[in-house]
Amino acid sequence: MDYFLMFISAIFVNNILLAQYLGNCPYLGCSKEKGVSIGMGFAVVFVAVMATAFTFIIQKYILVPYDLGYLQTIVFILVIAGLVQFVEMFLKRMVPPLYKSLGIFLPLITTNCAVLGIAILVQRKEYDFATAVFYSFAAGMGFMLALVLMAGIRERLAIARVPKAFEGTAIGLVMAGLMSLAFFAFKGMIA
Amino acid sequence: MDILMNSVLVLFGLGLVTSVVLSVASVVLRVEEDPRVEAVAEALPGANCGGCGFAGCDSYAAAVVNDPKVGPDKCVACNAETAAQIGVLTGKAVCAGEPQVSFRRCVKTEGKVKKKFAYQGVTSCAAAARLQNGPDACRFSCLGFGDCMRACPFDAMFLHDDLVWIIAEKCTSCGVCVRTCPHDILEIIPQAARVQVYCSSQDKGKAVKDVCEAGCIACGMCVKKCPAGAVSERNGRIYIDHAKCIEYGPSCEEVCAEKCPRSILRRMQLGAQKAEEAA
Repeated sequence: MDYFLMFISAIFVNNILLAQYLGNCPYLGCSKEKGVSIGMGFAVVFVAVMATAFTFIIQKYILVPYDLGYLQTIVFILVIAGLVQFVEMFLKRMVPPLYKSLGIFLPLITTNCAVLGIAILVQRKEYDFATAVFYSFAAGMGFMLALVLMAGIRERLAIARVPKAFEGTAIGLVMAGLMSLAFFAFKGMIA
Repeated sequence: MDILMNSVLVLFGLGLVTSVVLSVASVVLRVEEDPRVEAVAEALPGANCGGCGFAGCDSYAAAVVNDPKVGPDKCVACNAETAAQIGVLTGKAVCAGEPQVSFRRCVKTEGKVKKKFAYQGVTSCAAAARLQNGPDACRFSCLGFGDCMRACPFDAMFLHDDLVWIIAEKCTSCGVCVRTCPHDILEIIPQAARVQVYCSSQDKGKAVKDVCEAGCIACGMCVKKCPAGAVSERNGRIYIDHAKCIEYGPSCEEVCAEKCPRSILRRMQLGAQKAEEAA
């Protein structure tokens, strides 16, 4: 598939959050302020790309040759968790400014289902390495878009008069549903 | 059998590799963190009130250890002992800050301020202030919904008689309430201040007299009478330069408070607010 089409598809049509419902925890947890959501979004992009690249190699050279496809989930979790820990230490030592902006989010998404989901999706779709990495980047951007949009809405919600029973997470979930519905308008645009 | 062995070996191998890499990394990539930062953070109250001007207790701890320009006595919620402790930890000289206290510049109940309308919205000053400047006839009154009380990290405020009161012993002068108040009627003053201003209206005399019996009409008597030049009027509101006032000393016998025709300026009474709590 054309890279451009894939980019649009991953961001709008098959948005990892709003169309595939992966990674809802940070979607609700980190969407109270725009600044936080942007930081979280970049962290997801960063980790998703690295995790996809790593798990792709593991899948191709370890799991497939030994016929261990059924261990995919547990192996991926292990690898991603170890990788994120390592990246966190590496950033703290080598790139402190980046650590300052991403650092607090990295442990949060160690085994985030969006990250794991992207790593597994590219295996199911049987992409080659370059496409897989590109797809993970695009899906991460889609995650960030949904997160930032949500944060914008919730910043407004904070000053709106919401019925008491709906305050906080409840109205956040309602909003998530509405956003998801809105993104369904893109369905069918690209396969 | 092969599959079983393979799966065990692969998982074991991956786990081993990951753990080895991580343990090596944790040694090679270790970042020396200053143990003093942690020690200072532990000494601080941990209320994250922001009174020091930093984002929270932890960021102040990092700043006081790493930045030579940040003094060890910036924490308004600490007592002198803690400041001294931080001074010892960071090797900085402590010059104790003057104890301050938050103060409400409004006595609308004494002034019998009427309600313009019956407000039935969200019980929050911020919300009420957006509707016609609040339900009180005076545009500058304490709205008495207690936004400051809820914001106070030290539980030093309470509501009584449609006004907010400050418990002087608990108040650490962090200034969270000052930043919260939509009518800007709270003010941080030194505990040693000699005179307080009990009104924050900026209206003209006639408008104030119409709505409040105890409001400042900005006649300027206090400004004229103060021998130290410590009283000033800006935008119809009276301000006292407490440093100048205290420096001048008691020889003026609080002439501003004496001469004020509407008793807006009064001698400092920390106790009055405490007594009110018991009532």
